[in-house]
Amino acid sequence: MSDFRPTTTRELEAVVAEAVAREEPMELVAGGSKRGLGRPLQLPHRLDLSAFAGIGLYEPEELVLTAGAATPLADIEAALGERRQMLAFEPADWRALLGSERAAPTLGGAIACNLAGPRRVRQGAARDHFLGFSAVSGRGEAFKAGGRVVKNVTGYDLPKLMAGSYGTLAALTEVTVKVLPRSEAMRTLVLRSLDDEAARRAMSAALASPHEVSGAAHLPEAVSPSGARTLLRLEGHGPSVEARVRALAEELRAYGTIDVLGDADSESAWRAVRDAEPFAPFADRTIWRVSVAPTDAPAVAARIAKTLDTRHFYDWGGGLLWLAVKGAQDGGASVIRAAFASGHATLIHGPQALRLQVAVFQPQPPALATLAARVRDGFDPRRILNRGRMVPEA
Amino acid sequence: MMRAMEMPIPDAGTIAGRDQIAADLRALVAPDAVIAAEDERRAYETDGLTAYRQSPLLVVLPSTTEEVARVLGYCREHGVKIVPRGAGTSLSGGALPLADGILLGMGKFNRILEIDFENRVVVAQPGVTNLGISNAVEHRGFYYAPDPSSQIACSIGGNVAENSGGVHCLKYGLTTNNVLGIELVLMTGEIVRLGGKHLDAEGYDLLGILVGSEGLLGVVTEVTVRILKKPTTARAILLGFPTSEGAGACVAKIIGAGIIPAGMEMMDRPAIHAADDFVHAGYPRDVEALLIVELDGPPAEVEHLIAAVEALARQCGVVSCRISASEEERLTFWSGRKAAFPAVGRISPDYYCVDGTIPRRCLADVLRRMSALAAAHGLRVANVFHAGDGNLHPLILYDANEPGELARAEELGADILRLCVEVGGVLTGEHGVGVEKRDLMGTMFTAADLDQQQRLKCAFDPQGLLNPGKVFPQLHRCAELGRLHVHHGKLPFPDLPRY
Repeated sequence: MSDFRPTTTRELEAVVAEAVAREEPMELVAGGSKRGLGRPLQLPHRLDLSAFAGIGLYEPEELVLTAGAATPLADIEAALGERRQMLAFEPADWRALLGSERAAPTLGGAIACNLAGPRRVRQGAARDHFLGFSAVSGRGEAFKAGGRVVKNVTGYDLPKLMAGSYGTLAALTEVTVKVLPRSEAMRTLVLRSLDDEAARRAMSAALASPHEVSGAAHLPEAVSPSGARTLLRLEGHGPSVEARVRALAEELRAYGTIDVLGDADSESAWRAVRDAEPFAPFADRTIWRVSVAPTDAPAVAARIAKTLDTRHFYDWGGGLLWLAVKGAQDGGASVIRAAFASGHATLIHGPQALRLQVAVFQPQPPALATLAARVRDGFDPRRILNRGRMVPEA
Repeated sequence: MMRAMEMPIPDAGTIAGRDQIAADLRALVAPDAVIAAEDERRAYETDGLTAYRQSPLLVVLPSTTEEVARVLGYCREHGVKIVPRGAGTSLSGGALPLADGILLGMGKFNRILEIDFENRVVVAQPGVTNLGISNAVEHRGFYYAPDPSSQIACSIGGNVAENSGGVHCLKYGLTTNNVLGIELVLMTGEIVRLGGKHLDAEGYDLLGILVGSEGLLGVVTEVTVRILKKPTTARAILLGFPTSEGAGACVAKIIGAGIIPAGMEMMDRPAIHAADDFVHAGYPRDVEALLIVELDGPPAEVEHLIAAVEALARQCGVVSCRISASEEERLTFWSGRKAAFPAVGRISPDYYCVDGTIPRRCLADVLRRMSALAAAHGLRVANVFHAGDGNLHPLILYDANEPGELARAEELGADILRLCVEVGGVLTGEHGVGVEKRDLMGTMFTAADLDQQQRLKCAFDPQGLLNPGKVFPQLHRCAELGRLHVHHGKLPFPDLPRY
């Protein structure tokens, strides 16, 4: 086992080229906070990318920021905060969930895993904010794609492909992201004691309103000691938020008493949803994220609960179902994946043996799995980068 | 006037076999869906980039996904090239036919399959127009946000191929941010689904790659898009500036103040005059730059932001400021901008629309250098500009009947795009590369960058049969691109940095 820590693109090219020549795969690491995400790796080499860090160019008025891929998210957020801007895709911090509290998540890592917080419903995921990059492919060749302007259709949209590829196509060295103004005010409407289906209807109604709801989550009683809570977030310019709070509360009157959280309480409530804090008491369980059509979600959760001992909650207006499963042989994989016809389930946290045993990412139909492998062939034909991170690779 | 664009050399054997191929295809699709007669094929010889024309080998108009799959399977088996076409409104020649290629017209895929208000999505066939989607959900107060100028005519399948934008994409995103799923036919003839009513991909984001792939990776046969509720109110503010610097500074201040307008458009003096002469929008005529800023949301927000924008404009030397007092007036403000292209068409026999994006801060500099370039080529330029996101649309005025003018217009267009890249921008913001900007790709990308893009193409279409001659200036064989030049010792392994 060797560690390599290239400091320039040329060195990185040389390291990967040598690994290609020897056919010896390497695990990509920068902050190391998400090493426990995806299939477990035991590869002969570790490729430490932490030298590719630092904010290169931040132009608040252009709404763009370019930084080394290994720049800690904390540094990015501090720089953006000074100009009252943010990464609108709200990257989650799963360190507590994954047991990597001491590691520092990086911007490149958030992009490589295509993270998205509760604002997914309004502002999209990392993929939607990723404008351009420089990288070294699994062929050991430096290349770039995209640009540093928000509107660009020149060539294939390779940033989309890199987002969510878990470091299996190329090692990102520099990334450019779109940033957005932070909201002046944030309020949260809290509906009480709704069952899953009523909560889903309330969330759908809120998201179908013109009030620009930027978060819609439901915490059933089993994960919310003070009783079931449905959270709806409104944010933006002060006068606008106040007007929208009033209008939305009026429209949702039929769902019972509505409380309104102010800025600080809203911040912490949504951070908790983003980071899956409702599952903190269930850390010994297997944690899944299931993406389905919002209207399907309550039935999917109920179907799974018939067979498995689960706790669950919803984000993305119902479209994201978080599950904490206890005691199933396969972590619940077969029951969960049989519970929906369209969508995908990802194993987020569980014992290493389990993550080797079951498919961490939703298995694809053969035509798509073959296509994905051919895409990988084009970037990393010898499977040098993070071999086996997404699917088993010999 | 017809011009030849250097396209892959047509295969004489394929052209000679036209009748046989037509007969074969008639067994695979409805017999009347294959068009072989020369005069009927000619109807498809061009798209929105009318300077280039080429009659296709054959036209096939399938009406089911299975027919598309059979046609693609046939093409793969027989090595026949194929060019997909939506409504044919591409401004970059994306649907320009090939003499030895089948033109696959998707116009019969014109039905909306499902409207799901609870999940806020519409499932449509690719030939449905962009506006057709909004129209189908308007009765419940919804709309589809991306709104390219051609939205009456352009198809949603074409929007997916080109990742189309529009005036509202600064706030609401491009096509790629609003498409949730597609059904796709691969060159293998396989039918696959990417995404759906749920969010994000289970593996590689192949949906994200398909959007904007200009018909080079597969043929889309169904599209699922997100719809939004219309904002409660929208108002526009019309701002006239004595200099483009002032207008550019105002745009920067608005964004810098944390305001993301629903739309922010700029026009220069020639465009203002042409548009105002045409539709009498009441634009100020003694200004160098006009900004239309639209704010949407609840009335309280719109009022608050209109006041904020007005104050920022005052700091930037605005000389004319009007706020729409009614919906009618808001639409009047927009009427000139929306009619800018035909308006320019009235003052010049022909015009050539360029599409580049620049960092906004470079606006005044780019406009100045563009004027100099235009003068050097002996041509005039009118500018309309998606100011919010830096997407320029210089309209080069020329007369195709004057020998050499089209060539000069194209040279000027290329110079303008090189300028965009030089200041840190890109070759195309929303119209696509197509054939038009193909040969300029090298100004933005290295050979290694382009090779890597083509390796992605190889994963989908190793024979290079789908829309060849578009996007990439040089076509390499996939076997050659895939070859790995294994070489030890760029640096000796022991010397590689480690710790």
